[in-house]
Amino acid sequence: MATYADSGTTSMISLRGVSKTFDKTIHAVVDVDLEVAEGEVVVIVGPSGSGKSTVLRCINLLEVPTEGFVTVDGFELLNPRTDIDHVRAEVGMVFQQFNLFPHLTVLENITLAQRKVRGRSRSEAIEVAVRQLTRVGIPEKADAFPRQLSGGQQQRVAIARSLAMDPKVMLFDEPTSALDPEMVKEVLDVMLELASEGMTMVVVTHEMGFAKAAADRLAFIDEGEIVEVGPPEEIFANPRHERTRAFFDKILY
Amino acid sequence: MGGEVATKSTRHQTEGAARVRDEKPWWDTFPWWGAFIAAVLAWMAVQIITQDDYALAWERIIPGLSLTLVATIEAFAIALLLGLTAGMGQLSRNVVIRNIARTYVEFIRGIPMLPLIFTVALIIVPETSDYVNQRLDAWFGVTYKLSFQMRATVTLALIYGAYMAEIFRGGIQSVPPGQTEAGRSLGLTRRQTMRSVVLPQAMRAIIPPLGNDFIAILKDTSLLSVLGVLEITQRGRQFSASTFKFREGYFVVSFIYLCLTLGLSILLGVLERRMTRDRKGER
Ligand SMILES: Nc1ncnc2c1ncn2[C@@H]1O[C@H](COP(=O)(O)OP(=O)(O)O)[C@@H](O)[C@H]1O
Ligand SMILES: [Mg+2]
Repeated sequence: MATYADSGTTSMISLRGVSKTFDKTIHAVVDVDLEVAEGEVVVIVGPSGSGKSTVLRCINLLEVPTEGFVTVDGFELLNPRTDIDHVRAEVGMVFQQFNLFPHLTVLENITLAQRKVRGRSRSEAIEVAVRQLTRVGIPEKADAFPRQLSGGQQQRVAIARSLAMDPKVMLFDEPTSALDPEMVKEVLDVMLELASEGMTMVVVTHEMGFAKAAADRLAFIDEGEIVEVGPPEEIFANPRHERTRAFFDKILY
Repeated sequence: MGGEVATKSTRHQTEGAARVRDEKPWWDTFPWWGAFIAAVLAWMAVQIITQDDYALAWERIIPGLSLTLVATIEAFAIALLLGLTAGMGQLSRNVVIRNIARTYVEFIRGIPMLPLIFTVALIIVPETSDYVNQRLDAWFGVTYKLSFQMRATVTLALIYGAYMAEIFRGGIQSVPPGQTEAGRSLGLTRRQTMRSVVLPQAMRAIIPPLGNDFIAILKDTSLLSVLGVLEITQRGRQFSASTFKFREGYFVVSFIYLCLTLGLSILLGVLERRMTRDRKGER
């Protein structure tokens, strides 16, 4: 069974001194501290290869940190007695490449983990799936296969698939980067609504419009380090570090 | 290229490619080899039906068909289990399991089939059966005696299991890692992710080569003849040796194998085409 951390942290997510080194030489993440409160939306930005994905993937242990502590909802992830599958069920993850299961229909994609992990009955799982599909705006696609959907629709199914598990946290890794421009909005709209409903979210994205509209805090990462964290409008208007300024000079115009 | 204006075509081909294809005459693309083989088989069938010597050979040899088929199916089934186990074993996180699987695959693949059959049937089984039977008798009160047919079948399975291990391993690795990550992120266990997400997708890459192995096993059951198992080849040998009608004997043996293997590969082709048709449009 999962074990609780002894400290009485109020954070939903807590990264303390987290580092991740690949192949002994690639320092992807270096000594990162990040606290995310319940209901908070944190947007992570930074140049390509700066370690954004790795930080995100440390939160559900798709990458195991080489150093540091990670707690999610009070569970210490790196404690060997923690049931990591149990924690992962509470942490939804949306990928750049959608990663829908191509051999299953949309409905089966959304019911699989509900039934196997949550132990829900078939009818119960279908009911939840249809509710989540309606929420992301494509209930009519329940019986389609992923390949029959547009990129935007696939990503919305991926979001519905995660939400069907009733997660406490949602992680997004560049959810709109693989989409054609006209499909970006339909996915961001779903995410905005989710944020307004109080979901705890950590979002890696280059969509500064989304950051302005939804983020409580913006974190700028460069070379594996969190350079700056703060309210987005503040960081946009008045970056305190030269590296942050240089980055925004490049992407904002 | 050409000066004429292309007529509006619904094909999504470039004009040049379309023209090259269109200009190929029918006899260039016709499967002559298939027609030729069909003709040879028909001719062989006529010989067997019309000539007494061939008919006699057929009568003596065809009873071996069931043994050949049974051995094929048994060897294939056991090899499937061994292959899946060893294939997944090679991908295991456990260093011991990984190395046992790898040792099995490399070891077996390095020995030709014939000496391995002799080794298992004439050395390993006889030398271990006393000990194994003693244990079995002590623990469960049973003993066994492996027939030569079963010894050879198991050897075939051992060999093809090693080949299949590579097929399974390759199939599993052909599934993008994002699929596993998505499964694990949803809270599915390693095993659940393998069963519900990875293996079903890996089957696409696994089934066609497994079909080829089935045909290969069918042909290799002819090696059972070296242990005197009365399958098709052995019956052909016996017929030829006792009547000195080598031509008739091996003619019939080849005819039977050809019918089986060609029939199976046509079946496999249909299956494969159906699978690729289903896959169309998938990214
Ligand atoms: N599995 C891995 N093995 C080796 N290096 C990796 C691996 N994953 C990421 N990296 C490296 O870690 C660094 C950070 O990667 P990543 O977190 O994906 O950056 P971002 O998401 O910001 O583009 C990069 O230099 C990348 O090459
Ligand atoms: Mg990334």
